[in-house]
Amino acid sequence: MRTYTPKSDVQKKSFYSDRFFVKPSVPRKDVESDDVFLEDLQSFDGLFQIEDSYIELDHLVLIINPNDNVNVIKHLKTEQSYDFLVELTAVDYLEKKGGFEIVYEMLSTSKRKRVRVKTFMKQNETIQSVESLYRMADWSEREMFDMYGVKVVNHPNLRRILMPNDWDGHPLLKTYPLHGNEAASWYEVDKIFGKEAREVVGPELRDSACVDRYDTNRFARLGHEVSKGTTISQGNEPDTPIRYQEEGGVKLFGAKLVTPFDEIETVHLKERK
Amino acid sequence: MQQSNRLKPFFENINFEREDNTMVVNFGPQHPSAHGQLRLMLELQGEEVVKATPDIGYLHRGIEKMGENMIYNEFLPTTDRMDYIASSSNNYGYAIAVEKLLGIEAPRRAEVIRTMLIELNRIISHLFWLATHALDVGAMSIFLYTFREREYAMDLMEDYCGARLTHSAIRIGGVPLDLPKNWTEDLEKFIKTLESQIPIYEGLLTKNRIWKMRLEDVGVIPTEMAKSWGLSGVALRGSNVKWDLRKEMPYGLYDELDFNIPISDKCDSYGRYKCYMQEMYESSKILKQLIPMYEESDTQLMAHAPDYISATKEEIMTQNYSLMQHFVLVTQGMRPPVGEVYVATESPKGELGFYIVSDGTPYAYKLKCRAPSFFHTGLLTDLLPGHQLADVVTIIGNLNIVFGEIDR
Repeated sequence: MRTYTPKSDVQKKSFYSDRFFVKPSVPRKDVESDDVFLEDLQSFDGLFQIEDSYIELDHLVLIINPNDNVNVIKHLKTEQSYDFLVELTAVDYLEKKGGFEIVYEMLSTSKRKRVRVKTFMKQNETIQSVESLYRMADWSEREMFDMYGVKVVNHPNLRRILMPNDWDGHPLLKTYPLHGNEAASWYEVDKIFGKEAREVVGPELRDSACVDRYDTNRFARLGHEVSKGTTISQGNEPDTPIRYQEEGGVKLFGAKLVTPFDEIETVHLKERK
Repeated sequence: MQQSNRLKPFFENINFEREDNTMVVNFGPQHPSAHGQLRLMLELQGEEVVKATPDIGYLHRGIEKMGENMIYNEFLPTTDRMDYIASSSNNYGYAIAVEKLLGIEAPRRAEVIRTMLIELNRIISHLFWLATHALDVGAMSIFLYTFREREYAMDLMEDYCGARLTHSAIRIGGVPLDLPKNWTEDLEKFIKTLESQIPIYEGLLTKNRIWKMRLEDVGVIPTEMAKSWGLSGVALRGSNVKWDLRKEMPYGLYDELDFNIPISDKCDSYGRYKCYMQEMYESSKILKQLIPMYEESDTQLMAHAPDYISATKEEIMTQNYSLMQHFVLVTQGMRPPVGEVYVATESPKGELGFYIVSDGTPYAYKLKCRAPSFFHTGLLTDLLPGHQLADVVTIIGNLNIVFGEIDR
């Protein structure tokens, strides 16, 4: 028998997978298959420890020790002419491995090659900033700190960048809910009305698709309309009879009776005017 | 002392005037020439900027978080909302990133149509840039002229996919629709109009004394600074680096197309303006070459990859297995191979990259959008000091930043 998995959160993750389904992997090539990358890799011999290296979809991937990150990137920049640090980000592996993978995506305009330097750091560790080598790391590392809470040392200005300074939690962590946590739903209420108004205003509805069918102040009950602000609850729903206005015609402002649609008297246009 | 009968201005805890005689001006986030929601905290000495601190995040919608909670096809319309001036470029960047992860290629006709759309979108984006930039600098009339041509280009887009701003016309694996009847003739007409109109814009601006005074030697980005800040697109080419991904690391059809890369060695706003104008000619040149390529191509529009891409509508409606496959792909989503991919494309703003980490489930484990404007905004920290307050508006407009993709 197939193992039981809860199916109530269908939208949240894939609930079904075949027993015999084997996940395929992106093909990886040896570094020997590319001369330029091989030369890059060999230039590291005796300098830094490269834990693993392979070519994945035209990128040379180097997995390094987290303490070497500045030196390795400096080496790539000065010796191997990787003049651009294109992207810098973290990947959350807290659940699986208890830490983050930091990814540095580099580009050489003279060689027309891209290198991805990856390193794994534990949750409580810190990582050195590469801001002294590439100014763009200033903002990228701030974003990484903001989104994942990764602590970067020697950064000139490690503040949040996208979220407000007093925000609670780091939004791109896998543990952070999609619609925000409890603090998020009170954030704007506290800012606009003040903490003391929490009881009156109530938390912000952060799920934009949420419809409360018993809330007659903020939602129209389509097909079951009641006047605004009526208190209703389950079992206490008024029965709304459905009437069609065509039956017997429509009265316009009490004067003219608009007769229902008559197919025989309708004029069909031969062509669009 | 605060006088009780006077209203005290509220400047969000910023000292308006400080002891060292610098004045702090809060530029934005609702300033019309802040191009969206840019808040700049400028420290001024007289009218000269001493320190600039860009503050972003006012349009942050968590698109990367959404990308991790949506199946791959579901996320594609969301990419429209990043750089909403050139949404097809975002769709294309995302689509080819996922295609590379899946190891599939779009059919030739789809690739031709996609290239047409993104080049048309580049023209739309550049026209919009010219209009708003000139408006910021004070040339009002150019706005009306460029928006007329932009309207024609958007009509073409509308004829193809029905949408004008957020197209989602490029899908993973190809395009859903063939070009409508007579679309290529309309495109030819548009190119003809555009090529006759660009000299008029240039006639209004290029030798205009005010325009030159406002742009020349304003916002000089030295090559080193441009590389260090990871600039791309025209901002980089305007700093004397010949680097266009379409030419240097070609993707799609670009290695078959003949076009030039305009660069400027002046490194200033005026040089970048000239690059932008030249790029519009180059894009129309590309579009002209694409029309015969379209006519020669085979009619297939979506890649044939039953594991990942739904079959054609006709097959879904007639064949049971295709229908089942389609149902699974829509309700559960495609499951790409385990791996990581970073694909960069040359969007009108610069290098737009998508870094996707797949763990073999229908949801991306990590999706990072590398938005060019993000770094162009960061650059303002280093670029603005030393400029006059009036030049700030020129520089922001000239860098062509769009907040949809900065904040994501």
